[in-house]
Amino acid sequence: MAIDKRKTPEINAGSQADIAFLLLIFFLVATTMNTDTGIARVLPPMPPEDQEQEEVKIKDRNLFLVLISGSGKIMAGAISNQEQIDLSQLKDRAKEFIVNPLDADNLPEKVAKEIELPDGSKWTYPVSEGVISLQTTRDTDYQSYIMVQNELTRAFNEVRDEVAMRKFGVKYTDLSEEERNAVAKAVPLKISEAEPRNIQK
Amino acid sequence: MKKKGDKSLPGISTASLPDVIFMILFFFMVSTTMRDQELLVRYKLPEATEVQKLEKKSLVSYIHIGPPSLSMQAKFGTAPRIQLNDSYRSTRDILDFVAAERDKLSEADRASMTICLKADQATKMGIITDVKQELRRANALKISYAASKTLGYNRQ
Repeated sequence: MAIDKRKTPEINAGSQADIAFLLLIFFLVATTMNTDTGIARVLPPMPPEDQEQEEVKIKDRNLFLVLISGSGKIMAGAISNQEQIDLSQLKDRAKEFIVNPLDADNLPEKVAKEIELPDGSKWTYPVSEGVISLQTTRDTDYQSYIMVQNELTRAFNEVRDEVAMRKFGVKYTDLSEEERNAVAKAVPLKISEAEPRNIQK
Repeated sequence: MKKKGDKSLPGISTASLPDVIFMILFFFMVSTTMRDQELLVRYKLPEATEVQKLEKKSLVSYIHIGPPSLSMQAKFGTAPRIQLNDSYRSTRDILDFVAAERDKLSEADRASMTICLKADQATKMGIITDVKQELRRANALKISYAASKTLGYNRQ
């Protein structure tokens, strides 16, 4: 066969940009970028149906009730001492309840618990017995519910931050996972959600 | 100044344009994820400041709650609906849905399965609570209330 001495003509690469553009636009349309964010919660397990419901007795002083009405108004306080408060006050009220800084009689009692630290030592911390009970009506807006959940989470996060700062000298989010678990045991996220009240308007 | 009208400027080379576009393309291919399901409900997520990122996407299952999307409203009205996978479902189907989602995961991952509740901010708590009760019954206890991050509330 005769060898072609002529140079092969170069392939025109002018349309390569168009092809790349086409692919780019496909990926722009077909994909999403946003990572999902949300407030994490753990639901209580359902009691077995054949088991008799035991009324868990919680002392009045260990209970902080938060009720969100259908119109988004917030009632908060101890059992016999509830009042309507604004959302902006809720975080500080919840924090006061969790920490009980002055060991007051009408705020939750504390039980000293030993918590194991990652380095093997024990850490005794007075863990609050307080439970925040969150109640909604069936026609409460989801937005107001999330706002209240958010404020309560913020209260817990701030308390955890303070405890972590005192114990380890860094913020809660900057701790290692084991240390974070230890602080989470010292300040447990105790939010109990009762089933909504059926209030007729 | 001298006029240089008759001397034509050399054209700018566009030879590197494909490379630039390919670079943008690869950026998008790496940083985004495929849209996996078509939304049949519309929702505007509530806003919160204390949100956490959902860690492993493969362990997350979604439940969408909200009014039907515009094209579906003629048929289904505007009352909030629950979307599981690609269709409207009722709360009774959540048990099966959770069981099916759990089967997809490996044995080791099942304990850390998370349900992400994506609900419209105007949804009433009644329907949300019904869903939560079903999730408790299905023993899917790790949940996340999807919310978009905001710096603070703007209250009137």
